Amino acid sequence: MRVILRQPRREIEVSGIRRVDRLLEHLDMVAESVLVIRGDELLTSDIGLEEDDVIELRPVISGG
Amino acid sequence: MKCRVCRDRAAIQVRRHNANFCPEHFVEHVHRQVERTIHDHRMWEPGEKLVLGVSGGKDSLALWDILTDLGHRVDGVYLHLGIDGYSSDSLQFSQAFAAERGLDLTVVDLPAEYGFSVPEAAAASRRVPCSACGLSKRYILNQVAEDGGYDVLVMGHNLDDEAATLFGNVIQWNIDYLSRQSPVLPATEGGLARKVKPLIRLAERETAAYCVIRGIDYEVEECPMAAGNTVNRYKEWLNRLEDASPGIKAQFLFGYFERGAPVFEDASEDPGLQPCQVCGQPTTGETCAFCRLRNLTAVRISGMEA
Repeated sequence: MRVILRQPRREIEVSGIRRVDRLLEHLDMVAESVLVIRGDELLTSDIGLEEDDVIELRPVISGG
Repeated sequence: MKCRVCRDRAAIQVRRHNANFCPEHFVEHVHRQVERTIHDHRMWEPGEKLVLGVSGGKDSLALWDILTDLGHRVDGVYLHLGIDGYSSDSLQFSQAFAAERGLDLTVVDLPAEYGFSVPEAAAASRRVPCSACGLSKRYILNQVAEDGGYDVLVMGHNLDDEAATLFGNVIQWNIDYLSRQSPVLPATEGGLARKVKPLIRLAERETAAYCVIRGIDYEVEECPMAAGNTVNRYKEWLNRLEDASPGIKAQFLFGYFERGAPVFEDASEDPGLQPCQVCGQPTTGETCAFCRLRNLTAVRISGMEA
């Protein structure tokens, strides 16, 4: 699947990952620090993923 | 996961409340949290004039949307900090939001109106950019509140902002700052407007989710000046703790407000505010920190041009 990362915006390919929580684990991301978005939908950690999905991992930490 | 209210598919899990919500019921949850905060802390009375500090980011735009939905009339003020690309993009998000909803947004341009940008001020003062930025925001937002006759300055600080600030102040045992951290900072006789933070019961993941659900376009990219700053690092650490122990950030912050803050209440001396000899805004010295920064930056800029 195609994974869009931000800050700065870039894309990576990930394969063989079937669930949102596994994707975050794979990328060493903490669920509390990121939103997982497919299209205009927010995904919870138990949602299944497909190889042709485009997933945005949007960081939520900002400011200072 | 199912929504705890309607059992439809959940869009977001809020682990510290042991709850999942569909989009519709998440919006209701967010509104309830903000309403409760305003009510519990008596942030303002009906008829008081409100102005919100708008950055174009998720927190301020979510808050403007929430307050408008809840029936509060709130004007916005955007401060253009002169940060290449970033400031203009953030301004566009803010203006588009206000225009779509027919809300009033005042724009203050730091370089055009005060003669310097945040990167220039940071270079002149040899301090981190976030320090010059914070100082400029506090000064100008207060000035706008005073000039516009606003009773209350509304800020988009969320649970993570406040928990990270508290964490930093505890790490350094900064007693002065600890004694002043509160959901409501009362107005002072010297002319500082009352400052309130209605988002403190919401984590920034929730304000970001709120924006996605409500279709609010905001500046997702981080300020280039803030990359790697201390507060963001504290937030990452606290989120690691939250992941292991849901609710720990709220316990830390609200535990402080309930049990810690009273201990520090009388810890700081009355700063004895007086008018700045240059601009007239309240300050503890003869010249306020903003006027000193402005002067320092002007000297550096003129030296570079000479």
